[in-house]
Amino acid sequence: MTTAIAPSKTAPGIDVDQLLRMYRRMLMIRLFEEKVNELYTRALMPGLAHLYNGEEAVAVGVCEALKPDDYITSTHRGHGHCLAKGAALDRMFAELLGKEAGYCKGKGGSMHIADPDTGNLGANAIVCGSAGIATGAAFTAKRLKTGQVAVCFFGDGAMGQGLLYEVMNMAALWKLPVIYLCENNLYGEYTKSSETLAGDILTRAAGFGIEGQSVDGQDVRKVYATAKEVVDRVRRGAGPAFLVCNTYRFLGHHVGDVNREYYRSKQEEQLWKTERDPLKLMADWLTSEQLADRTRLDRMHAEVTSEIEKAVEFAVSAPYPSVDKVAQDVYA
Amino acid sequence: MPETRELTLGEAVREALAEEMRRDPRVFICGEDIAEAGTVYKVLNGLVEEFGAERVLDTPISEAGFTGMAVGAAMTGMRPVVDVMFGDFSTLVMDQMVNQAAKIHYMSGGKWKVPMVMRATLGATRRSAAQHSQSLHAWFCHIPGLKVVLPSTPYDAKGLMKTAIRDDNPVVFFEDKMMYRLKGPVPAEDYTIPFGVADIKRAGTDVTIVATSSMVQVALGAAKLLEQAGISAEVIDPRTVWPLDEKTLVESVKKTSRAIVVDEGYGRYGVTAEIASVIAEGAFFNLEAPVKRMGAMHVPIPFSPPLEDATVPTEQTVFEAATALCG
Repeated sequence: MTTAIAPSKTAPGIDVDQLLRMYRRMLMIRLFEEKVNELYTRALMPGLAHLYNGEEAVAVGVCEALKPDDYITSTHRGHGHCLAKGAALDRMFAELLGKEAGYCKGKGGSMHIADPDTGNLGANAIVCGSAGIATGAAFTAKRLKTGQVAVCFFGDGAMGQGLLYEVMNMAALWKLPVIYLCENNLYGEYTKSSETLAGDILTRAAGFGIEGQSVDGQDVRKVYATAKEVVDRVRRGAGPAFLVCNTYRFLGHHVGDVNREYYRSKQEEQLWKTERDPLKLMADWLTSEQLADRTRLDRMHAEVTSEIEKAVEFAVSAPYPSVDKVAQDVYA
Repeated sequence: MPETRELTLGEAVREALAEEMRRDPRVFICGEDIAEAGTVYKVLNGLVEEFGAERVLDTPISEAGFTGMAVGAAMTGMRPVVDVMFGDFSTLVMDQMVNQAAKIHYMSGGKWKVPMVMRATLGATRRSAAQHSQSLHAWFCHIPGLKVVLPSTPYDAKGLMKTAIRDDNPVVFFEDKMMYRLKGPVPAEDYTIPFGVADIKRAGTDVTIVATSSMVQVALGAAKLLEQAGISAEVIDPRTVWPLDEKTLVESVKKTSRAIVVDEGYGRYGVTAEIASVIAEGAFFNLEAPVKRMGAMHVPIPFSPPLEDATVPTEQTVFEAATALCG
């Protein structure tokens, strides 16, 4: 079904299939993360994971505006970006469990998913660590005239890193096709960003002559519409862009960060979860606009749940890499 | 017969870069003051005129930024050569080199490659004081995923630079700033020198002097003095400290039974420590004396000439160490 709907309801050119696809992607990320939390709680997953619950509309809205061969760089809280850019559930779970079948043969884990096939230059466990990489990918795109753009995802915490301003300066000087995408989820680890960020962060981009915008990161339609406009502009050669998506991390800094009351209240979390949940907002909108009914959305939920169960089964039963692989891949 | 000219080490590096840039359009250079200025040591003079400002790219003074940009460019199809000017500025690029460039191939399960070269200088005695005189190459040797090159002659510099640019891994290439004007024969034709293959710069039988970068020239000078004293020194240059040609070093010491390791980096936990341990493990039963290590004195490099000169090994101190070892 590709019924075009009125522009008043969404961005120009967007159809119902695309809206439902975005909803489904968000749902997939949410259910993926819930499963990750469960695997951690049941001690089936080694190490930790930084969950993306609450921020799904950002990755999905932005990646929906990208082409398959456009580049992204991701963060420690990166599962959502990888899935939104097209990663497969089974190989994602396999990587998180340290299995040979994972995206990085088990050598990267939760914080380092990388996949050339989907343009994913890699999640990065150094805050702001990938700003140079994304800028370099944009440099290549411009030099080789490939028409690709690069999106550098980072959180508000990365606004404290000097590297970001070094590369923004160069990207502006050389008009590189890169989008600096700040997911402002209000907390850098266990600290409110209001305690760490001075001034208005949008003006930081303005200092380099980079056009900055902010958008409600809980509304996937708004994120997509804004990202589409920004991506198109950057792809046309207008130089870099800075986009702040205002969002919220529903859960802790990582799966083990359960008692959070010393840095934020349960009431605040509850308010975001009930009033500002990107999935709920989109589901309500789809039904109120009669683009999908609850039965259809419930069916989608069941389908995605089943896909996730299969993917987890695959990952759990997949073998670990044999120990003789430990010294492979150090050098190309 | 192929043409061989006398070039300086600086000219040899430039020729290697120019030839690789002609051969492969993906190769570009970026760094501070590298285009019209041709770098502070004029090593890159003339390249911007031939290749243009897009391929000889002057950057802001943002070492971490342009090194990080090079990592991303390398991953996506370019072959960047990053000019970090002074090795002392390694501190500024360390996250990009150590946490990013070095690990990306491994962390991605071998899917992304980072074919880039980071060029930097090392070496003291240029009266540049503590923040422009260090030899910090050992830091990079400590990190799996990086390769570290230390040429000691114009011939080696050209051949090793070509290999570095063609390598699919991040390579750190250190040039001793005191050697840029050192002349030597360099073939005009295309040649490369493989990594991990040491070069016996001078054959000898009584003592092995393993030396790197400008310390090779110091060791060769000492070997002449030793010859006059009746001691035959073998001088070996590993050329790349990682990968390290352990076999050639060990074989030499098995023959001579005595070894001195000379490197301009700090001795403690440094290149000399690693090489001495390789020799001790590989030739222990052939050694007539403990392996002697000589490196920069464990002090920040001082400015005052008599103080600075006292911090680095010289022909005379290497000569004295060797005679003591063979006594």
